[in-house]
Amino acid sequence: MLARLTEGLSGRALILLAVLLVVLAAAPFFAGDYLLTVLILILYFAYVGQAWNIMMGFAGQLSLGHALYVGLGAYTAAALYVHYGIGPWIGLLVAMPIAALAGAFIGYLAFRFKVGGVYFAILTIAFAEFARVGFDHLPFTKGSSGLFLPVAQFKHNDLWHLRGQPVMFYYVLLVATVAAFIGCRALLQSRIGYFWLAIREDEEAARSAGIDTFRYKMIAVVISAAMTSFAGVIYAFYYNNLFPEQVFHISRSIEIILGPIVGGVGTLFGPILGAFVLTGLAESLTEGLHAIGIDIPGAKQVFYGICLLFVIMALPDGVWPWVKRRLGLSERAP
Amino acid sequence: MSALLKIEGISKRFRGLLAVDKVSFEVPQGGIHAVIGPNGAGKTTLFNMIAGVHAPDGGAITFAGERIDGLAPNQVCQRGIGRTFQIVRPFPALSVEDNVIVGALMHRRDVTAARAHAHEVMRRLDLYDKRAQRAASMTLPDRKRLEVARALATDPKLLLLDEVMAGLRPTETDRIVGILRDLNRDTGLTILLIEHVMRAVMALAQQIVVLHHGANIAEGAPTDVVRDKAVIDSYLGAEAVA
Repeated sequence: MLARLTEGLSGRALILLAVLLVVLAAAPFFAGDYLLTVLILILYFAYVGQAWNIMMGFAGQLSLGHALYVGLGAYTAAALYVHYGIGPWIGLLVAMPIAALAGAFIGYLAFRFKVGGVYFAILTIAFAEFARVGFDHLPFTKGSSGLFLPVAQFKHNDLWHLRGQPVMFYYVLLVATVAAFIGCRALLQSRIGYFWLAIREDEEAARSAGIDTFRYKMIAVVISAAMTSFAGVIYAFYYNNLFPEQVFHISRSIEIILGPIVGGVGTLFGPILGAFVLTGLAESLTEGLHAIGIDIPGAKQVFYGICLLFVIMALPDGVWPWVKRRLGLSERAP
Repeated sequence: MSALLKIEGISKRFRGLLAVDKVSFEVPQGGIHAVIGPNGAGKTTLFNMIAGVHAPDGGAITFAGERIDGLAPNQVCQRGIGRTFQIVRPFPALSVEDNVIVGALMHRRDVTAARAHAHEVMRRLDLYDKRAQRAASMTLPDRKRLEVARALATDPKLLLLDEVMAGLRPTETDRIVGILRDLNRDTGLTILLIEHVMRAVMALAQQIVVLHHGANIAEGAPTDVVRDKAVIDSYLGAEAVA
């Protein structure tokens, strides 16, 4: 089992991975409250970025509506908890199929009627927008006035109900991110992974190499949607309040895809590195501008945009391929 | 020899243009047949109908005793027809090896088994030493052979080759001709090729079908076809016989 996991990894890559894992596992013992919340945010984006990357990076299907799956996961688990006292892990068992079904529906519509490329992206935006407007008027989830989870000062971390200190969420997300990384790596090295890459590279050529492209694109959407819904469950129980206007907003979808794009679309480590770079950059900008006394509204966004522009212009394939070369990791592509 | 591929009166119309007009011919098991004809004669449309890209408007295509017209390209491939594209379409960002593995995975569930098969195919096509190279960075002759390798890795009974020699130097042409002839001899692979390079057609084909304006104007052994008056007038030109 362990041999299969590490297959194809050089000794150097293994050591670096182990060091990174140890650092991340030990981080809460050294990080203050503020840094911990930043790390939680980073892991959250690393996880959803990985899920999005399955669709775009592997199978080549651009989704600009992943907030839909986050939102469905968040609302399903939160509503079950608020109305029936059902815990988030059971809620997850409901949320995942719902998100997967939504993904399958969108995928079926698009792939059956050959909606591809930017038109597919527009379709994914449309469904996220449907959800945003729809949930605004859904009494069961309290519509636009928002769904709130009961909050109290938690002395103990109750993992089963996800009630507790930020550090608990940190470790839950860390485990999820590691699991997503391992899972995506296994998928990429499997038959499905090869077929996804073939579809991403040239769909017609893939079809004449015998690949049922409809089927494999559907698999990508369903896995990606189900994975993303887990992030939604965590989102709901971490923030304790949900507003359709925030959860399903297109800016949420864009946030999700920035990490993998900056880190490197289609790479396994890109989403993780991208989350560190982006969230790290955003937070240090906030702190940095605050420290030198610049308090102009929007200044942070402007700097952020300039930094992004620079990264994309200098490293169009993402930061990870460049870092990988620097670290001397000769692991085979991708 | 029984016919592996049987084409009976197939036609395809694009709006006002009758691209293929009631074409019929057969390719026997283990044979090498060529389709020639001037540009726009309907050769690629004919191929696309066999490969499942277009459904014919009329007629029937039978492969190994089964009707295949109207099937999707992947279903046609699964039944044992591999194809290459006139304008090569390897998976650009993937390595040569991964390109061939994709084909090999068609009839293999296990990636390790597919990789072993891909290595075998790459050796046959002189690609083994370049297996780690990205397809996008290869030269045209290499990419042409990669197309053949990917199609071959799907274990086809019939290989459709759409102008794999076009744009190659004579030495490269001879190299592919040699590879194809060996494949046909060693594995009994049936080959149907579209080709303009008469040097390759004459060296390979046992039978030639000539298309002109979508219709089958001549069919027969290479030496007979090149002497056919209609073929000389429409395609080869008088100097070809001289």
